[in-house]
Amino acid sequence: MSTLDLTKMAALVLMLAGCATGAGAPEASQEKMRYGLGTPLTDRELAGWNIDVAIDGKGLPPGRGSVAEGKVVYAAKCAACHGAKGEGKPANRLVGGAVKPPAPVVKTVGSFWPHATTLYDYVYRAMPWDKPQSLSANEVYAVSAYVLHLNGIVPEGAVLDAKTLPQVRMPNRDGFTAPDPRPDTH
Amino acid sequence: MKKTTSRRQFLAQAGATAAGGLLATQSAAAAGENLPPNVPEWTRNQGRGFLSPPYGQPSPFEKNVVRVLPAAVNPFPTATRTPLQSLKGTITPNGLFFERHHAGVPMIDPREHRLMVHGLVDRPLSFTMEELMRLPSANHIHFIECSGNAAAEWARPAGKTAQEVHGLLSNAEWTGVMLSVLLREAGVQPSAKWLLAEGADAASMTRSVPIEKAMEDAMVVYAQNGEMLRPEQGYPIRLLLPGYEGNMNIKWLRRLKLGTEPWHTREETSAYTDVMPDGKARQFTFLMDAKSLILSPSGGAKMGKQGFHEIYGVAWSGRGRISAVEVSTDAGATWKRARLQEPVLSRALTAFRLDWNWDGKPAILQSRAIDESGYVQPSLAQLLAARGKDSFYHYNGIQSWNIDARGEVTNVHA
Repeated sequence: MSTLDLTKMAALVLMLAGCATGAGAPEASQEKMRYGLGTPLTDRELAGWNIDVAIDGKGLPPGRGSVAEGKVVYAAKCAACHGAKGEGKPANRLVGGAVKPPAPVVKTVGSFWPHATTLYDYVYRAMPWDKPQSLSANEVYAVSAYVLHLNGIVPEGAVLDAKTLPQVRMPNRDGFTAPDPRPDTH
Repeated sequence: MKKTTSRRQFLAQAGATAAGGLLATQSAAAAGENLPPNVPEWTRNQGRGFLSPPYGQPSPFEKNVVRVLPAAVNPFPTATRTPLQSLKGTITPNGLFFERHHAGVPMIDPREHRLMVHGLVDRPLSFTMEELMRLPSANHIHFIECSGNAAAEWARPAGKTAQEVHGLLSNAEWTGVMLSVLLREAGVQPSAKWLLAEGADAASMTRSVPIEKAMEDAMVVYAQNGEMLRPEQGYPIRLLLPGYEGNMNIKWLRRLKLGTEPWHTREETSAYTDVMPDGKARQFTFLMDAKSLILSPSGGAKMGKQGFHEIYGVAWSGRGRISAVEVSTDAGATWKRARLQEPVLSRALTAFRLDWNWDGKPAILQSRAIDESGYVQPSLAQLLAARGKDSFYHYNGIQSWNIDARGEVTNVHA
């Protein structure tokens, strides 16, 4: 008997047990049930979709990229929307700005983003606009390094990889508060 | 001042001329020959056949009741808005449900769509649509509102109609599997405190969701108002987090990953966070707070004769049920309690009505919602005092509609 059969049997037993509790509490019996549906997920299937990167760097793939390499990637794949130096238009501005008073609020990677790992996660999953998830790991590390350098966060000689990217301290790292303090209007 | 007035008059006259031209054309065609005592043309002739078209459409006389893009030109189209002022009930028809996309609308073949559940679970699983839909399902009515709805109102009265100002709001009956049922199949480990929800669109949109919400009332839905989801609403499946800001209801849902901490994705750091006057940003501000909106009369309308007018509108709260709606016809000096239309459901649009005799004089109409948690919808001044001018999201200030001496209704801040 396979594991799957055993799971199904267990579900059936639970279902019968649920019936035995009587017609008065169908929702309550459902609370505890398992139905044995879904198929075991394989590592092979997961490999292409498991792309999230945590702030401690978990999920970052092997590879590395330098500021100089990133400059080439950026010019070819990012500058058309984000401007030659990350100044923005038509897409979001990436460089400069501020969120602390008295300056007007201008949110960019440099002024606002709290974690460098988020840059890798987002650039790989959603960029470039016309071809998401097409960049190699080396290209994503490189272009992340270049955008961080344009913001003065890493030096010109920086090389980023799974070990060094999570160590980059973003200027607005402590700029966020949680949990939600609402209601806050009365 | 004089210049502004004359420009307004010119625009009003131009509008009146255009409208008059249209009416003249229509009346020339119809010429009133279907009015009593005549027997109308449509009574003397057979109607059109059935199945024409096979998916039914509204009357051609309702062709202006459609979604619209925002007025501002954007090279990356982002959202369309629901024509709230034209809707008569609390359920939004599927073709009019507002849209917000982060990378357009994917056309997903449901046979090649999968939902993965993994991370801190006992049994990592992959679901086909068939497997997912075999699980016990439920129907629940809930609203979805974009957290950026009416964001322009922080600064000034920005839109003309309820659609333009508040149209990133809709309400539907959803069918799907309770997320708690789905997660039980995979067996969530006690250390799991958050889950990452990810879409299959070109944004691979991701948000972190607290496990308590996942277990409370979250759903994975495949149908909306009785039919399978529309492509722009996440076909074949979307996450539904009742009362939470719209973007978290991840469309085209493909993956749920259980973890110990939030992921701090781009959409919950650089976007969908609320900047306060000290430069700090509130993060993980999930709930949409109580709000109400008078839809009749509302911006863009022109009052008919003085005398009886029913004031009609909708109210909703991410915290639960609406317990009361109060209406003012004198800019907030006095308030009357409106009648609530049953059913009053948790985290769903609730209709309200108040009888009103309009004396034909200028008036400012307002409504404020109160929910079962005791939350009272605030004024713009209260919001600005609490959050400053840069927070952008979660605007739920009291809406004011001004009725001028000519009976024209406009969006004002009062």
